[in-house]
Amino acid sequence: MSTTRFVQLLDLAAGLVLVTSFAALWLRRLVTVTWVIALQGVALAAVALVIGAYEHETELVLIALMVGVLRGVVLPGLILRAVRAGDEHREVESLINVPAALLAASGLTLVAYATTRDVVALSSTPQVRALPLGIAVMLIGMLLIVTRRKAVLQIMGVLMLDNGIALVMFLGTSGVPLAVELGIASDVLLAMFILQVLTTRIRTKFGGTDLDQLRELRD
Amino acid sequence: MVILIGAVGTIASTYSVAHLRTELMAGTTTPHRARLFGALMQLTIAAMCVVVISDNLGVLWVAIETTTIATVLLVGHRRDRTSVEASWKYLVLGSVGVATALMGTVLVYFVSRHSGGDASTALNWSSLVAARRTRPGALRAGMGFVIVGYGTKAGLAPLHSWLPDAYSQAPAPVAALMAGVLSTMSMYSLLRFKVIADIALGPNYVRTLLLVAALLSLLTAASLMVTQRDYKRLLAYSSVEHMGLIALAAAIGSPLAMSAALLHMTGNGLAKSVAFSTTGEMLFATGTTRIDGIRGLLHQRPFIAGTFGVSLLALLGLPPFSILASEIAIIRAGVNGGLAWAVAIALVVMLVIFTAVLVHTLNILAGSAEGTVTAQPPTEHVTTVTARVPLVAGLVVAAVIGITIWPISTLLHKAAEVLAR
Repeated sequence: MSTTRFVQLLDLAAGLVLVTSFAALWLRRLVTVTWVIALQGVALAAVALVIGAYEHETELVLIALMVGVLRGVVLPGLILRAVRAGDEHREVESLINVPAALLAASGLTLVAYATTRDVVALSSTPQVRALPLGIAVMLIGMLLIVTRRKAVLQIMGVLMLDNGIALVMFLGTSGVPLAVELGIASDVLLAMFILQVLTTRIRTKFGGTDLDQLRELRD
Repeated sequence: MVILIGAVGTIASTYSVAHLRTELMAGTTTPHRARLFGALMQLTIAAMCVVVISDNLGVLWVAIETTTIATVLLVGHRRDRTSVEASWKYLVLGSVGVATALMGTVLVYFVSRHSGGDASTALNWSSLVAARRTRPGALRAGMGFVIVGYGTKAGLAPLHSWLPDAYSQAPAPVAALMAGVLSTMSMYSLLRFKVIADIALGPNYVRTLLLVAALLSLLTAASLMVTQRDYKRLLAYSSVEHMGLIALAAAIGSPLAMSAALLHMTGNGLAKSVAFSTTGEMLFATGTTRIDGIRGLLHQRPFIAGTFGVSLLALLGLPPFSILASEIAIIRAGVNGGLAWAVAIALVVMLVIFTAVLVHTLNILAGSAEGTVTAQPPTEHVTTVTARVPLVAGLVVAAVIGITIWPISTLLHKAAEVLAR
């Protein structure tokens, strides 16, 4: 693979990860948002795949495949099941309206670039230049968690946050030592299962996953 | 640190035997769930041991994440509306917190690699400290993420809002474990990163962040403790207060302050775990967590009223308990270290807390039981020997440490030297 082709593919895939996180804020149907999150997982795997292929690291290619399956298929599949099981698969309610959310997300992207200026200055490889994208995706994931009231959407926010971290890991380090990497992947999976269980429990206790009803504990 | 985990773990798990037996008798839990509960408790304790003995910052993070997952399930143990709500809040804020810490860890790793670190050892704490090759500007962002992340997990304001809910809804032994050592573990991870940051960035960056968090925690805790009507939440805010104090000691950063911080962790861990374990007995005995529902406890249940009262006094920093010694050391270190204004604010706030807790305690212990409305009929319940022994033992150990500092003084000294470099 030539260097220009590598840079193009890398930027395309990393850019796609960011674009999907904006799309998740913009789209209104829960099922569509789940598909977008799945697409983000695939794009993330593509980033790792491109880097692995360019640097001829079989280990990284293997990780990329695992990430693709886990974040592109398994986890979104679980979320999709939760969405379909509930009756609230249509409208997404938000504390702030869509234009404001998109504006805030753009602001967060700028913040991500501003805070990592020194980090990016350490190295001039194309991977490192794309690194702020990962932080932006992480911050947008947080925005999703804070502004949305549905439990399922908060799960997606957490997943997006993890995707952002994984992106930074692939771009910045070509994969953290494998043991830690595996631990992280399994932890994410575990966390998702717990979220699932809890969502189901909330639904049976409250009759819906609208978090505005979780208001009993306060001072 | 392993010793502290061992001590608090022993208190919490011995007490949880008695706790579960009562729950089983009352029919509020099933044998299956009780077994799961025990396994998760041990998993949490094991993961905390990994936190303190691992040299690799990545493994440290994985261990912290494991404790989060296990305790989320433990908080939701009772499976009613309020405990589901509490564990959900804990899970969302907790996972955001640990994720932020992971992002910080990754950035630190990245910077360390680009400063010439080898791939396999770049995340090892000892090599990071020894090499001192990290570069300032780039490390700043990573350290910011780490402090916010582990600070959230430790319950420092302004990201403490999960803490009172989780602690008050968790079963008593779980709350004892979480308040006693789990938040301390996050604090400890934070201190480890602080060492690296101090070497690479100079002490001021982390100090400012920690000072803000410390004073905010103290103020939040004080303002919410004065009007508190629920005794488990009162204890939870006391945790926020003590985490704030430890953060203050860490911000000061001199060897004296660091050993004070470690001693404070020990004293707080012992006293807090006894206090939370006792709340389990109080809940069984009275069926309510409201302060005005348990007035006159000393008259009705002298033993649990005694351990609750004494552990609260220990938490307030009265002699002979070790918290007094560590608080005095923090004050001295602060004045010597040029942070007298911060210490002064902390002292005023602590005075307010002292008064508030004392009033609440007197209300609980000696207040008249007249006009008390019991929310639900109390469970038939006797405080068994398995419940009594760990409670008393915990307090005795705390008092012994407070009087003589034996046998941990050399350990504390060495640990503080490492952390204050």
